[in-house]
Amino acid sequence: MENKQQFSKELLRIDPEKEVVKISEKIRELMVNRLKRRGIIIGLSGGIDSSVTAVLSQKALGANRVLCLQMPERHSADETLRLSSLVADHFGIEKIHEDISGILESVGFYRRYDDAVRLVIPEYGEGWKSKIVIPSVIEKKEFSLFSIVAQDPDGTVIKKRLPLKSYLEIVAATNFKQRTRKMLEYYHADRLNFAVAGTPNRLEYDQGFFVKLGDGAADIKPIAHLYKTQVYQLAEYLEVPEEIRKRPPTTDTYSLAQGQDEFYFSLPYDKMDLCLYGKNNGFPVEAVADTLDLSPEQIQRVYTDIDTKRATTRYLHLQPLLMESIPEIQR
Amino acid sequence: MSELKDKIRSFVVDNFLFGNDDGLTDGASFLEEGIIDSTGILELVSYIEEEFPFSIEDEELIPENLDSINNVVNYIEKKSS
Repeated sequence: MENKQQFSKELLRIDPEKEVVKISEKIRELMVNRLKRRGIIIGLSGGIDSSVTAVLSQKALGANRVLCLQMPERHSADETLRLSSLVADHFGIEKIHEDISGILESVGFYRRYDDAVRLVIPEYGEGWKSKIVIPSVIEKKEFSLFSIVAQDPDGTVIKKRLPLKSYLEIVAATNFKQRTRKMLEYYHADRLNFAVAGTPNRLEYDQGFFVKLGDGAADIKPIAHLYKTQVYQLAEYLEVPEEIRKRPPTTDTYSLAQGQDEFYFSLPYDKMDLCLYGKNNGFPVEAVADTLDLSPEQIQRVYTDIDTKRATTRYLHLQPLLMESIPEIQR
Repeated sequence: MSELKDKIRSFVVDNFLFGNDDGLTDGASFLEEGIIDSTGILELVSYIEEEFPFSIEDEELIPENLDSINNVVNYIEKKSS
């Protein structure tokens, strides 16, 4: 049903103090009654979501019941380790550095990835960097297909649309990174009898911006109900270091720097949040368009893209499907 | 049914529906019917580019060309003429 309320950015404003109390109580309740683990493991990237999740866990359980893992690899941004240390040290949370480059080398990630890129750019090799990108749906009405952007050692950039085989190979290889990190998180969780926290915000959770059994795997997801704008509000209230709050969101997954909005989302997160909120709460495209200074047609394309992504990633949320229900086991 | 339509229909039914056409009409939208998601569009594009002697330009990646059996057939006929 159409929402007749006035649409504005203020609709995403929360009371951060109340929200922190609410999340802290819920984390404690779930740890005691459902998870029955003694603490929380968090993969800390130095980004806003994992930083806020770590601090919320510390508020809920105490710093001695939280362990952060820093898991960069050779394609990670140079500042990843420094920024994640900044958060952990600021809040007195123990951290362990586990460089995953060796594991990725062992499973052949770097070779498989380069081979997949060479299917479309045969000269790709040593010293090159790359990322995959998707065109924004607000600028065009075409189906959005991924392209590879590669930079040679001299700085020359090539962009080519990815055919099915190389696209799937690149994504499959890249997913080794998230799954390797999750494997290490569960190793430490098992040895400490801790639970693993996932760090998606609502935008990522809703739109399937995660790897199944990679960063999508977790026992608890403390900020999955919060729009990213609201995560930033919590970060400010929790006094997460400003350098982390001011840093533009990045996937930190490919060797070339890649913003989340060129890889997955149609718009920067603050606008994407408003579109998702508007759609979820029945606001007409005209109301959202006025607020975002975009046309109603562009907002309609974003609304449609939200549905397309939900449909495409629905299976990521599914637990293994059974042929018959087993009523004795609660899922 | 034209030979081309038969070929496209066979690909769609075999590849996306495991051989059961389940009443799929030639004019049904793949996306609205939930038959194809965005990865499916990429599969369809790769199939067309492998089977027919032309490339699909970025600006041609639109529902009017790709989002039903009829649309795909019309598009291929137009590109091949």
